[in-house]
Amino acid sequence: MPSADTKTAASDLALVTAIRSGDQAAMAELYDRYSSIVYAVALRVLQDTGAAEDVLQDIFMQLWRNPGAFDASRGNMAAWLAVITRHRAIDALRRRRPENDIADIVVSVEPDMASDADRSRAMEKVRSALERMGNDQRSVLEMAYFEGLTHNEIAEKTGEPLGTIKTRIRAGLISLRKAFAA
Amino acid sequence: MSAHEQFAEDLALYALGSLEGEEQVAIEKHLAECASCRRELEVLRGDLGLIALTTAGPKPPARSRQRLMAAIANEPRLTARKEEPVRARRSWWSIVGWAVAAAMALVVIGLLERNSSLGRDLASLRVRFSDQQSRLQQANEIVATLLDPEATKVEMVAAGSKLQPRGKAIYQRRSRSLIFFASNLPPLPAEKVYELWLFPANGGAPLPAGLFKPDAHGSATVVNPPLPEGVEAKNFAVTLEPESGSHEAPRGPAVIVGAGE
Repeated sequence: MPSADTKTAASDLALVTAIRSGDQAAMAELYDRYSSIVYAVALRVLQDTGAAEDVLQDIFMQLWRNPGAFDASRGNMAAWLAVITRHRAIDALRRRRPENDIADIVVSVEPDMASDADRSRAMEKVRSALERMGNDQRSVLEMAYFEGLTHNEIAEKTGEPLGTIKTRIRAGLISLRKAFAA
Repeated sequence: MSAHEQFAEDLALYALGSLEGEEQVAIEKHLAECASCRRELEVLRGDLGLIALTTAGPKPPARSRQRLMAAIANEPRLTARKEEPVRARRSWWSIVGWAVAAAMALVVIGLLERNSSLGRDLASLRVRFSDQQSRLQQANEIVATLLDPEATKVEMVAAGSKLQPRGKAIYQRRSRSLIFFASNLPPLPAEKVYELWLFPANGGAPLPAGLFKPDAHGSATVVNPPLPEGVEAKNFAVTLEPESGSHEAPRGPAVIVGAGE
């Protein structure tokens, strides 16, 4: 539904434009739209509501300070927020300083994910792709993604050779992309 | 996955943040040189964003919204920001150079802004203090690299085209920070010097922002020259001046000027 996509995308962009000029109501609207996604990702990584709330605050404060960090031409707000939230949450989990400025994290997602309905459809595809993966492949991908473990740490934890871990991660991502493109 | 096959596995791991040490350095070096792998990295991050988006959970508590709105109200905009799109910041000179310059500018601005919002409680203060120290050290390292006369600086232009004098100024009014880089400047005639000028947005007289001489390759850098407080800049220019500089107004010819003029 191109019209719905365009509407949502334009509306996100309009909010970002308003935030640039200091519009606090626009910031509130953006928060209402995306705080659930940000909080869910942070909570999944950190497993701690207080820490997840801190990340939620940090992400939206950064967006307030630097709304231009979101590059609307490259993807949609939901996916970008999910990715930068995951980065920040992993940084918090490992108690390390943030490695990337949010403006440096460019995320490219198919434009047909802009509306809520399209996003739900896409999520269904991804969820079923994750379910179809073998347990080994899925758990390796989740360890890397949600626990922030390096491939060395995963190899140590699972007792699998490093090469196997690398291959599983990449194969997992390939099957996700295929499922999404299907 | 169309990127260079030999980097494909490492690129996936890099997108996940799972690479360390030499492997991380090697892929970052390659990314700085390879547009198709950079593009692939963006797409991989998009794929990973899809995994993140499958996460479902409870909604954040209402207090989070109140906390955010209170913090925002305490940090209103002084003026509307005139930010360039992220991609525009990367379009010129070497990608690495400008990415770190932009990151450095944001780190420094972030530090200044953060100072005013600290103090929620002692624990978070400590964590943030240590965070700031790391960032400051990182910023110092970036500055050191950018300003190191022995660092390799390569400007890339369309193949076959001639190198033109170029300059780039990054200016932050509130902190009076100005970082200026120039390249391909013609060698200076005897007893002459280049002078950087800031043209105020209020139409006032141009302000001298530093005398400089380029190196043998025509490159030069000016960092944080003394400037009056709170001047909004409309443009910058470099002129050719007598060796003592022209302190009141530019007298010599303009060598490079901001693209808006």
